[in-house]
Order: sequence, then structure tokens, then C-alpha cells
Amino acid sequence: MWTFLIRRLLQSIIVLIGVTLISFISLQMGGDPTYLFVSENASVEEIQRAREALGFDRPLPVQYLSYVWNALHGDFGNSLSYRQPAMGVVLEAMPATIELTFFSLVLAIGLSIPLGIFAALNRGRPVDGGIMTLAMLGQSIPNFWMGIMMILYFGLYLGWFPISGHVPFLEPLFAGEFSTAFRNLPQSMYYMVLPALAVGTYTLARNARLIRSSMLEVLGQDYVRTARSKGISETRVVMHHAMRNAWLPVVTMIGLEFGFLLGGVVVVETVFSYPGIGRLVFNAINQRDIPVVQASVILLAGIFILLNLIVDLIYARLDPRVKL
Amino acid sequence: MTDLHTNVVETEAVPVPPVSYRRREMRRAFQSLVTSRWALLGMLILLVVTFVAIFGPAVAPFDPNRQNIMMRLLEPGSPGVGDLTYWLGSDQLGRDVLSRLLYGARVSLLVGVAAIAVGGTLGTVAGLVSGYFGGWIDDVIMRLGDIQLAFPFILLAIMFLVVLGPGLVNIILVLGIGQWITYARIVRAQTLSLREKEYVEAARAMGDSTFSILFRTILPNIVAPLTVIASFNVAGVILSEAALSFLGLGVPPSVPTWGSMLSESRDHLLSNKWWMAVFPGLAIVFTVLAFNIIGDWLRDFLDPRLKENG
Repeated sequence: MWTFLIRRLLQSIIVLIGVTLISFISLQMGGDPTYLFVSENASVEEIQRAREALGFDRPLPVQYLSYVWNALHGDFGNSLSYRQPAMGVVLEAMPATIELTFFSLVLAIGLSIPLGIFAALNRGRPVDGGIMTLAMLGQSIPNFWMGIMMILYFGLYLGWFPISGHVPFLEPLFAGEFSTAFRNLPQSMYYMVLPALAVGTYTLARNARLIRSSMLEVLGQDYVRTARSKGISETRVVMHHAMRNAWLPVVTMIGLEFGFLLGGVVVVETVFSYPGIGRLVFNAINQRDIPVVQASVILLAGIFILLNLIVDLIYARLDPRVKL
Repeated sequence: MTDLHTNVVETEAVPVPPVSYRRREMRRAFQSLVTSRWALLGMLILLVVTFVAIFGPAVAPFDPNRQNIMMRLLEPGSPGVGDLTYWLGSDQLGRDVLSRLLYGARVSLLVGVAAIAVGGTLGTVAGLVSGYFGGWIDDVIMRLGDIQLAFPFILLAIMFLVVLGPGLVNIILVLGIGQWITYARIVRAQTLSLREKEYVEAARAMGDSTFSILFRTILPNIVAPLTVIASFNVAGVILSEAALSFLGLGVPPSVPTWGSMLSESRDHLLSNKWWMAVFPGLAIVFTVLAFNIIGDWLRDFLDPRLKENG
């Protein structure tokens, strides 16, 4: 177990170094990066001063090492539009994004499991065909368009859900104001229903298909037939015998999907004017606020790597055959 | 956007078959296609989109960039100047939504196919080299891939496009480079098993060059799984392009794209100008759906063992 943990940790560190390298290279790709940090009207002297201040006049390897060192300390420079440390700005927006990503994951997984099982148990019937057709469609819809359609129908036409805004849950929770946090929770979820569904549609559709095919495979196995022949109720066979093994590919997918959801959140947040990292990145793109874009991307990639590590550990725990 | 790295399908490779066999397989493919309602539907949608992408400018009723402030935000079916009708309505600058939609098909397909060509070529070469030579080359290539996969893809694309600036070539390169590892992994796995086959041994014994063994002996045997991945990938790339255009990182504003049309529609949602959002979105959905359906069909056809249960 410890060898596996250390090996995976080392791998994650290598990947993180790679992430900083890619991020550094991306900065250099457009030529002299100084121009990304100064205003368009800056004079030659101002540009030179900025170049020296930002260290872009030094050799590339030195620049990279200094970039990594600063990144390790969370220093991505000052935001060009907020005039304060970029990472601070990103971290302020982080709780809202985490709330939305987790909520969409919970919704997607929570809905895909019964749908996938139901389709598998009704294999070949119209209800199976219907669920699978919807799933195929769900995998073809851009999440931001889904968001727009939900705003039009559920928000504006039916008026069931709010189309923008956010009630914080994690923020008061982190601040130790537990009563406020839990008082906010129902409202927080209510405001997140539409964006979370928009973000999670693809994951929901994909997992429903995956769970269905995984269940069908498991239901055809000898040990399931044995369980049935022993007279165990169908519910117990499905929930106890089949589900345990059908879970494995799903857990792997959850790890992969989380990163995908994080990427999706970036786009969907802008549709719902949701005050998370996505909207921050969108505004930063429009204002060419490079430090904020870099800090956001690195932070999200870091979270993604950490989650993948956790998923690997859960996977190893669920399936003892996975060598630790 | 779709997860671009997980629709991975591996089929066992066999030596390049003789021509008569290939002809028989083509016939089998055609029969399978016409008997599968879904695959036929996918192919039909794709044919329509391709037709529109090629001949769109000829059939578009308006110049897609022609602004007419008097005709702004017209509902679908509104009459225009003379005999012309705004069948799908007009946008905030009075441009015809239908004409922009027809032009947009060109960009979506072009970006989709070109990005796959870039990513597929890079990945195939990397995978062949990695699988055939093994050792440190293999390690370096695969670890590079691991690093890339550690990024949610859209974030990587955002990071590069913010610095490089929007543009057709930039978006094709970024989306293409984003795909290479998917191909590299499949090609590597196939090459690893193929390099031990007798006919590859034979080619080696006959004194064929490494280049010839890689590209003439091994590559033709791994084309089948690559076409499946490519089909799913085009769908993913079209979704990514739409998302990036939506964020303002796609092609320049003068070129109409489905993603940028959706981006422009955002400011008019509250005034219920639904047609600006509905039609470009449907165009994306149907195109992506067609590629996904064909990908599914190709996967089942090329290796029935992989057919999803049911």
C-alpha cells in the first residue's frame, strides 16, 4: 500500500512539474511575454522596466526555475485588472466553483445510476431504447447550450428556477459559521440546479450508458446466476451482488469526469453569471489578465491531479485485485 | 465539449487483407450501414452538413456579415428587403441567422477534420515510434502524454489561445495537439503486439527499412481502430471549438461560427430572442450526434465483440 502511495505521489509531482512547464511554455509562445503584462499604450521605457521587474530579461531556464518557485508559493504575479495577487483573486472564487462541480457530479451520478440500472433491467424494451436515445443525445449537447436552453425554458418561460446568482455554502463553512452555512444550503442548491444540470448532462448521459453496459455484463456472470438460483430476491441480487462489481468502471469514470466537469464549469458559469472561477477566467480572457488565467488553470489542474490520486486509491480499495 | 480521451477502442489487428477480401468487407459495411437505422440517420445528417459546408455560400440567402440595423432582432419568417425572408430570424446587428448558420458549418467541419488530421498524424507517428522502439523513447513519449492528460483539456486550450490569440490556424493547432495522445496510446498498444507478428519479422528479415516497416507494414493494420477514434474525436473537437468560440477564443468575429453565434445570443436571452440561441445550438447538436452515431456504428462493425450489450 505504501509503495503504491509513494509511487503515485511521485507520479503526481512529476505531472505537476509538467503542468508548470506547459504553463511556462504557453507564456513564451506568443514571443516576448512582457507585452502580455503591460498596457497597449506603454512606452519603450515602461516595457523595458516591466521586462526587468518581471524577470523576462533573464535566461529561460532561470526564468522557469523562478516561475516554479513562485508558483510553489502561490505567486503568479498581480492581477492586471484587480491590482492584487492573482492567486488570491482565484482562491476567492474557488469555493463557488467547487460547490457547483460537486453538486453537478452528485446530480449526474445520482441520476445516472438508477437510469443505467433501470435500462439494463429492461434491456430491449422501449424504455431502454428511450433512455439510451436520450443518453446519446445528452452526449452530443454542448453544456453551455444546455444552460442557455434551461434559462429560456425553466428560468424564463416556466419561472421555476433562478437563472443567475449564487448563495454561498462553503464560504461561511470555511469561516466557521456553520449555522449560516447550513441555513444557506437549501437556497444554495436551488440556485445551482440549472447550472449543475447543464454542466452534468454529458456526465449523466455517459455514465448512464456505462452503468447499463457494465450491469448487463455483470448480470450475465455465473455468480449472479448462482445467487438467483439460491432464491435470493432480485433486488438483493442487483443491489448486493451485481452492483458491487458494476461499480468499478464507474469509479474510474468519476475520476476522469471530475476534470471534465471542471472544464465544463468554466464555460457554463459564464452563461449563468455564476461567481466562480469560470466567470473569472472568462473576464480575465476578455481583459487579457494573464496572471489570473494562469493561476486559475494551474489551480484547477492541481485539484484534478489530486482527485485522480484519490480515485486511484479508492479503486484499489474497491478491487482487491488491483496490486497495491 | 466532450471528453476527448476516453472513447478509446482497441481492435485486434490482422495483416493487410487481399483486395477481393477488402471489396467484400466494403460490401458488408454498406449492408450494415443501410440496415442500421441509426447509422443511416447519422450518415444522412453528415451528408447534409457536408453539403452545407461546401455549398453554403451558394445557397445562403444573405451575405452572413452584412449588417442592417433596420432589420435587427427579427423573428424567424420575417420578411426582409425585396423577396428575401429571414427564415431563421436576424441577430442584434441585423445579420441573417440562416446565412450565418450555413457559413458556420464550414468552420465547424474544417476545424473538426483539420484538428483530427493534425492530432492523428502526430499521435500515430509518436505511437508507432513509441511502440516499435520501446525503451526511453517510449517512456518519454508516454510520460508527456500523462502530463497532458493531467489537464482538463479545455483549460489547456484556453491557456494557449489566450497567449497565442484567437485565429483559425491557432485553434486547429491547439485542438489538434490536444488529441495526439489518444492516437499515440492506441497506436502504441497495437504496434507493441504487431511488432512480434511473423509478417513484421518477415519484413525485417527481407531487409525492409524501419520507415517501411512502420508505415507500410504496421500502419495499414491499425487504420481500422483509428477511424473509430477519429469519428468520436471530430465530435469532441466540434464541441470544444464551439465552447472556445463561445468564450471568445475561436476564430475572429468576422467569421461566423456556431459557437460565436451562441455567445452573441447570451445578451438577448432576457428579451427572449430565442432564435439566436436555438438554431446554432441545434446545428451543433445534430452534427455532433451524427459523428457519435457513426463512431458507435463503426466500432460495432469493426469489432462486434465491443458492441455495447444490447
